[in-house]
Amino acid sequence: MIRALDRYMRSLAPHFHKGGKLERWYPLYEAADSFLMGSRLTNPGAPHVRDAIDFKRIMVMVIVALIPCVLMALWNTGYQANLALTSLGLELPAGWRGVVMSRVGVDPVSLNSNLVHGALYFLPVYLVCLAVGSVWEAIFNIIRGHEFSEAFLVTSLLLPLTLPPTIPLWQVAVGTSFGVIFAKEVFGGVGRNFMNPALTARAFLFFAYPAQMSGEEVWVGVDGLSSATPLVALAAGPVEQPVAALDFTWGAAFAGTIPGSMGETSALACLLGAALLLATRIASWRIMTAMLLGAMAIMIPFWLIGSPDNPMVNVPPHWHLVLGGFALGLVFMATDPVTAPHTEAGKWLYGLFIGALTIILRVLNPAFPEGVMLAILLGNIFAPLFDYLVVQANIRRRALRHG
Amino acid sequence: MISHYFEIFFTALFVENLVLTFFLGMCTFLAISKQVKTAFGLGLAVVIIQAITVPLNNLIYNLVLQPGALSWLGMPEIDLTFLGLLVYIGVIAATVQILEMFLDRYVPGLYNTLGIFLPLLTVNCAILGASLFMVERDYALGESVAYGLGAGGGFLIAVVLLAGIREKLEYADPPTGLRGLGVTFIAAGLMAMAFMGIAGM
Repeated sequence: MIRALDRYMRSLAPHFHKGGKLERWYPLYEAADSFLMGSRLTNPGAPHVRDAIDFKRIMVMVIVALIPCVLMALWNTGYQANLALTSLGLELPAGWRGVVMSRVGVDPVSLNSNLVHGALYFLPVYLVCLAVGSVWEAIFNIIRGHEFSEAFLVTSLLLPLTLPPTIPLWQVAVGTSFGVIFAKEVFGGVGRNFMNPALTARAFLFFAYPAQMSGEEVWVGVDGLSSATPLVALAAGPVEQPVAALDFTWGAAFAGTIPGSMGETSALACLLGAALLLATRIASWRIMTAMLLGAMAIMIPFWLIGSPDNPMVNVPPHWHLVLGGFALGLVFMATDPVTAPHTEAGKWLYGLFIGALTIILRVLNPAFPEGVMLAILLGNIFAPLFDYLVVQANIRRRALRHG
Repeated sequence: MISHYFEIFFTALFVENLVLTFFLGMCTFLAISKQVKTAFGLGLAVVIIQAITVPLNNLIYNLVLQPGALSWLGMPEIDLTFLGLLVYIGVIAATVQILEMFLDRYVPGLYNTLGIFLPLLTVNCAILGASLFMVERDYALGESVAYGLGAGGGFLIAVVLLAGIREKLEYADPPTGLRGLGVTFIAAGLMAMAFMGIAGM
């Protein structure tokens, strides 16, 4: 069966190569071929590097590392919705979701019910993201003769994880379009962009449609139930002991059974992903360590000194690490190899910068409850400058050493 | 008291960055941002000009132009604010001229790379904008020094950042119609979006 398919794909190949009548559609052929058959490319000349890693495998590893986050997103979105329905005394959610859920049953204790209910929120967003993004990728690739890149699979999986479950699907489409076109394709595709497309899309949606991206009513997929994200609750909490405003334990926040964007709540799931990315050396440990250190360097002094009127200053450090999108940003967004600096010293600077800025924005900026996304975007902007400074310092040092 | 000046400085530097939140001074910003080195030189020139012209215009406004400012001459009913734009531009033009002569004499390399854009700083809206904001916000002399430094520093940061990005974008492959300025405009827009994160602080 596979042999026959392989023979068929090979027999199609001449039509798509240079001079063939379907030459124009080569990117589509290439994408289908490498999806079905793997790469056919072998290097015709020396040197032959014997290494299993290539761009495709790197991106697939990131997707594998994201699986815990996705599972947690499915389960927790459903769990929060089921919990809300039960607390409101309702039997079924409204609309088409109610039709599906009437077969499964609404029950926050049942794993199955939670996963199915969560999927009813996550999958539409994911599919819209994937479909819209793929269409734009296809248009640009066919016109410009580029090959499809697996990097978009990562982008389209990361974006839904950072969105609230109730976001309207047309907004997902608009945001994905903006991210793919203006953050990536106008610069020539993956590897040539300077800002992370998923984060750009997220930031675009955040500024363009604040009503659907923040506030108290968007985090749980049930109408009429308001539930502030933990960071908002903390900012409004009692000054001396802001944590007392939260109705869950640190363990729950670590495991991720709290309201928030679909995939950002669970630090545990991100940690599992981080373990895989670090073991396979796909993500830079320097960026992760530096970002953690940068955040610590700001939040520990804040917490020790304290503040009489800003409750965010008095949030203990171990809470900062598990709330909001800190873990997701640390593991999957800041380590994006394209938009991070390329020099090792630059990566340290970049991580420290993002970590420190995240906490500064979170604590001192009353306009936005969350700082990770914007801190990483600012980090993306500073990254070329960090590289430049490191390279210039190197040149100067070597000039001094060797005359 | 000192923290008040720091607040004005940092607000002008990041939160109300003249280039990335008010979109002032775009022409110089986009034109002299091909290389980090030149961008840094231009940025420094802007810092110096802002740090001189904003306090100077502040003095002129408070001592001459303001309604009732001339009471020390015995003419308290005179209001010369309508001369404001003219006088500020004059002060800026003079400062730029002096800076130009200085650079020509002592830093000829930078003078040559900046070319026409150095005298054009005279009509740079970011620089006039800083003086006008200073008047509008009723800054005292000390505050206007902090504001001038912050406004100039904000321009320096923005232009150096854009230059870093553009050096990286040398390796980008934009569609033909967008090469050069087109892609730079998009990059500047994305920068401004990321800078919105600090707005509201």
